[in-house]
Amino acid sequence: MATYNTSEFRSGLKLMIDGDPYVIVENEFVKPGKGQAFNRVRVRNLKTGRVVEKTWKSGDSVEAADVVDREMEFLYNDGEFWHFMVTDGSFEQFAAAESAMSDAAKWLKGNEVCTVTLWNDAPLNVTPPNFVELQIVETDPGVKGDTASGGSKPARLETGAMIKVPLYMDQDEVVKIDTRSGEYVSRVKES
Amino acid sequence: MEWQASAGLAALQARARLLRQARAFMDARGIMEVETPALSQAGNTDPAIDSLSVVLPRERRYLHTSPEYPMKRLLAGGSGDIYQIGKVWRQDESGSRHNPEFTLLEYYRVGYSYHKLMQEVSELLALLIPALSAAPVFREYRQCFLDTLGLDPFSTATDTSVLAACAATHGLALQGGQDRLDRQGWLDLLFSHRIEPGFPDKSLTFVYHYPAAQSALACVTEHEGHAVACRFEVYLGSMELGNGYQELPDGAANTRKLNQDAMQRSREGRPSPAIDRRFLAAMTSGLPHCAGVAIGLDRVLLCRLGEKRLERVISFAWELA
Repeated sequence: MATYNTSEFRSGLKLMIDGDPYVIVENEFVKPGKGQAFNRVRVRNLKTGRVVEKTWKSGDSVEAADVVDREMEFLYNDGEFWHFMVTDGSFEQFAAAESAMSDAAKWLKGNEVCTVTLWNDAPLNVTPPNFVELQIVETDPGVKGDTASGGSKPARLETGAMIKVPLYMDQDEVVKIDTRSGEYVSRVKES
Repeated sequence: MEWQASAGLAALQARARLLRQARAFMDARGIMEVETPALSQAGNTDPAIDSLSVVLPRERRYLHTSPEYPMKRLLAGGSGDIYQIGKVWRQDESGSRHNPEFTLLEYYRVGYSYHKLMQEVSELLALLIPALSAAPVFREYRQCFLDTLGLDPFSTATDTSVLAACAATHGLALQGGQDRLDRQGWLDLLFSHRIEPGFPDKSLTFVYHYPAAQSALACVTEHEGHAVACRFEVYLGSMELGNGYQELPDGAANTRKLNQDAMQRSREGRPSPAIDRRFLAAMTSGLPHCAGVAIGLDRVLLCRLGEKRLERVISFAWELA
């Protein structure tokens, strides 16, 4: 079992805490002048995404979490699992459960390269590409020439995701979206 | 390759000014600048501080964690008031407010009480940190606990289970089990996590009368029925800037203290440097009545510039050194 000493703590290090994998967001060494030293650490639970503060006695060892990020291409959804293939040419495949997909699911239609976080070789979390291009399947008819008013309207995309698009956009057009904010970035011209 | 300094030019200039001001302050008061060795045959046995050592062909020497022992040897030899500005080293102390190598201003005032020294330290820090706006606050260690947590740290009823429960009430969960801290460890946890963060940002806080168990080489006295150390720490906000003592003059008491510390280190399975016999011989010969303080100048500079991380004020911080 790999362990880390508190003196090795730094941002990005992955630890096991109470049976869950966590990543260190920020590590602070705290020491009263003549007393016991502590590491006060902000950690993010990789399963829930919640950030909490934990304190260790300096010098303690903590179990390392077997967590790695790998680039994988999204293949298909069989109704229960989301299937991915590693992009390193090994053809190795992984199946992610709904719980690992969270927000990522609504941006994927196939062939996107995602970052899949594996814990003990099982997908724990899937991060979609920062930008995706998807087609609008349903929205109110576009208001011709209205590129200045700055107004927006709801639109349903081919993956089922709902976003806000400018008033001049029409059904069947393709849009670029920032998946981190879930916001419209630009219209993608037909080539 | 990253070769540039971690501190900007303005911080380097501010450091040069700060050092000039500190020396001028000492000079104006007739305190003599001295230098003592950084590499010694004996080391610091303080249980909370680990020394770095250097292996030479025929011996191991210790980098000083503060110049306390040799400066007290000078005082015992009749030097009068002295100060030193120099680098010191402490193992594994690394973070936004810690660099394993740092600059310490240590000085001693013959004939001073630690109360008088606190006043002088507040004048020195007001000079070095112009942004200080309010008068310093003086608080006893016990009062800090009573005011913030409603706990009496000196009462025997305040045992480890009471302290652990208090920590839990204040949302402080120690990882790896609750039974791994002793009584003083719990007090340290509560003090550093729940009391220090409440200190004011614009004025200095002097905390004094620490538990006798944390006296280090300060005198211990009876105060309101409790044994307290004649020791103070000075803070700006939650940042500790300095640590001062009414210096323990008695040779036998110093010997007892160093032996106890060395024994505690060996009980905890930690390496213990050789006890400084020459220091103890000097204390037996007689230390004049005096008070002394050690101030971390890198942190003072941090406060002066309103920076948050030490590497912004140290030319080449640990990772770049």
